[in-house]
Amino acid sequence: MTAAPLLSVSDLTIDIPLGGRTLHAVRGVSFEVSRGETLCIVGESGSGKSLTSLALMNLLPGRLKRAAAAMSFDGIDLLSIPERRMSDLRGDRMAMIFQEPMTSLNPAYTIGNQLTEAFLRHRKTTRKEAFGRAVYLLEKVGITAADRRMKQYPHQLSGGLRQRVMIAMALMCEPDLLIADEPTTALDVTIQAQILLLLKDLQKELGIAIILITHDLGVVARIADRVAVMYAGELVESGPAAPLFQSPAHPYTRGLLECIPQPGKTRPGEPLGSIPGLVPSLTGRVSGCVFRNRCPRAEEACSGEVPVVAFGDARRVRCLFAEGVR
Amino acid sequence: MLRFALRRIGVAVCVAFTVAVFSFFLLHLSGDLATAIAGPESSAEQIAQIRVEYGLDRPIMAQFIDWLVRALHFDFGRSFYFQDQVTTLIAGRLGVTMALGGMALGFALLVAIPLGVVAAIRRDTWIDRSALMISVFGQAMPSFWFALTLVLIFSVKLRWLPASGGATWKHMILPVVALGTYAMPAIMRLTRNGMLDVLAADYIRTARAKGLSTAVVLFKHALRNAVIPVVGLAAVQLGFMLGGSIVIETVFSLHGLGHLAWEAISRNDYPVVQAVVLLLSVVYILVTLAADLLNAALDPRMRTG
Ligand SMILES: Nc1ncnc2c1ncn2[C@@H]1O[C@H](COP(=O)(O)OP(=O)(O)O)[C@@H](O)[C@H]1O
Ligand SMILES: [Mg+2]
Repeated sequence: MTAAPLLSVSDLTIDIPLGGRTLHAVRGVSFEVSRGETLCIVGESGSGKSLTSLALMNLLPGRLKRAAAAMSFDGIDLLSIPERRMSDLRGDRMAMIFQEPMTSLNPAYTIGNQLTEAFLRHRKTTRKEAFGRAVYLLEKVGITAADRRMKQYPHQLSGGLRQRVMIAMALMCEPDLLIADEPTTALDVTIQAQILLLLKDLQKELGIAIILITHDLGVVARIADRVAVMYAGELVESGPAAPLFQSPAHPYTRGLLECIPQPGKTRPGEPLGSIPGLVPSLTGRVSGCVFRNRCPRAEEACSGEVPVVAFGDARRVRCLFAEGVR
Repeated sequence: MLRFALRRIGVAVCVAFTVAVFSFFLLHLSGDLATAIAGPESSAEQIAQIRVEYGLDRPIMAQFIDWLVRALHFDFGRSFYFQDQVTTLIAGRLGVTMALGGMALGFALLVAIPLGVVAAIRRDTWIDRSALMISVFGQAMPSFWFALTLVLIFSVKLRWLPASGGATWKHMILPVVALGTYAMPAIMRLTRNGMLDVLAADYIRTARAKGLSTAVVLFKHALRNAVIPVVGLAAVQLGFMLGGSIVIETVFSLHGLGHLAWEAISRNDYPVVQAVVLLLSVVYILVTLAADLLNAALDPRMRTG
């Protein structure tokens, strides 16, 4: 694989001004996503996963500050393009689905109206064609009586159905990249599995790259090509899924995987392992390893600078004591 | 939607009937009407004569049914004071009140909604703060004082507009502005707060994630949801403006319903009072009905209720 990655992010930082002080919510995050692959971002709640994904789409709330050394999508520099061209990409080549299917659809408009919207915005097309494509995709995501659903309103659909609608909506313009931010967290366990399998199937068929943010390590083990582990706003470890699961290099990843024996054996819905201790405050200056106060391996040196180091084959770890099979 | 509309119309008819019952019986059971009509210095024979003349000696239910049947034909009898049919009297006044109330509401909405939207989009900037200040000022100001100030500036000083009377559209400008300004602050604040809530909603993020333009996100996705509570408020305010424009009508010498009601009450002109109360109630019911239907058109979730 020598082709340039579809998406590449280098040294992404997100600051949140909090009346005088600054919350450094995301710091020095770098990763790549190749065409057609699935990158899973895992990490406990509040670790900056959603902010990172919103930053890719330039959808952060106005007062939050995004900065990066480089950020590009299929050769397009996302840091310098004007908002006008960014909005051309959004919903067309980069699409996103969110955690809350119950509130992510506008209650005032029909499913059909909301499904066709992006297609009509990005393509020179007719309403009829857009309608046809929407029905086709509703069927594709497993919704029966799609014609009738098109005329219904969000409140007439269950959470699982709405999330399927959201997926169909994201696929309307055949995106190259689909970002799914915990798409199943708000759903029943059985529906969760269905939705994730659906995403995986669609990816195989359409060849889209997926960034899947999830809590569910069982899912990660089953569908991730590569994994990125976030902790307190930093990407502490990333790499191909199988070796990362087999021999996690970062102490945090090891803690996270404690309850997971092997990829493939873990059932979906299994919670993350819990590690004693609290996440440090990220307001003001943040230095050294953020995990050191909870880390069993921590030493004096961990308060100093901790660079990201290459580890084994295509893996990267932010730890002075990375371990495991290289 | 059709079933919802039919049900709401049914409810409205029931409410109107109830109001009619109340307005009739409150008047007839609140004291001896014949004595009141005859006045304090009349003899027993005069009172008895009036009782027969007005049919007040008949059983109350018979009187009620008779009154109701005639009311349904827009026949409210003759005014005690004005030598005119009540219906003719009201018809002449209704137009002024409706025009004043309708235009005042239109004016208020036209100013307050854009102002509320801009205040929400430019939250915590000078625009937002001055809109808030104007609205506090507008609410605190007594309406007669504001009306007189308008007259002073635009009629007396600048001589641009007439100060009183209702002959032409020019006569309506100052009363409409005075009355409309009174309704503006609440609409403005509700629009602003509604927009702020809606703009923070997940579906706005979804709309932006589709690459929709700011205008489409604001007006198609946000405003439509943000104005839903405004519709109800506007209906209540229109009700107030139709019934409670007495102050404005007096300041500008407009002979509308408010003025008529005031005259009729101060002269114990019961048929007129009764008809005006009934009419205003029915108008209020109609306005509420219109607001419900409009809300259901805006928000599909309400169509099941
Ligand atoms: N709009 C915001 N204002 C202030 N703080 C925020 C905002 N959005 C997120 N944060 C903070 O940033 C951190 C990361 O949030 P987020 O990316 O949502 O975490 P995750 O998705 O991993 O659960 C959290 O501590 C959260 O409180
Ligand atoms: Mg999140």
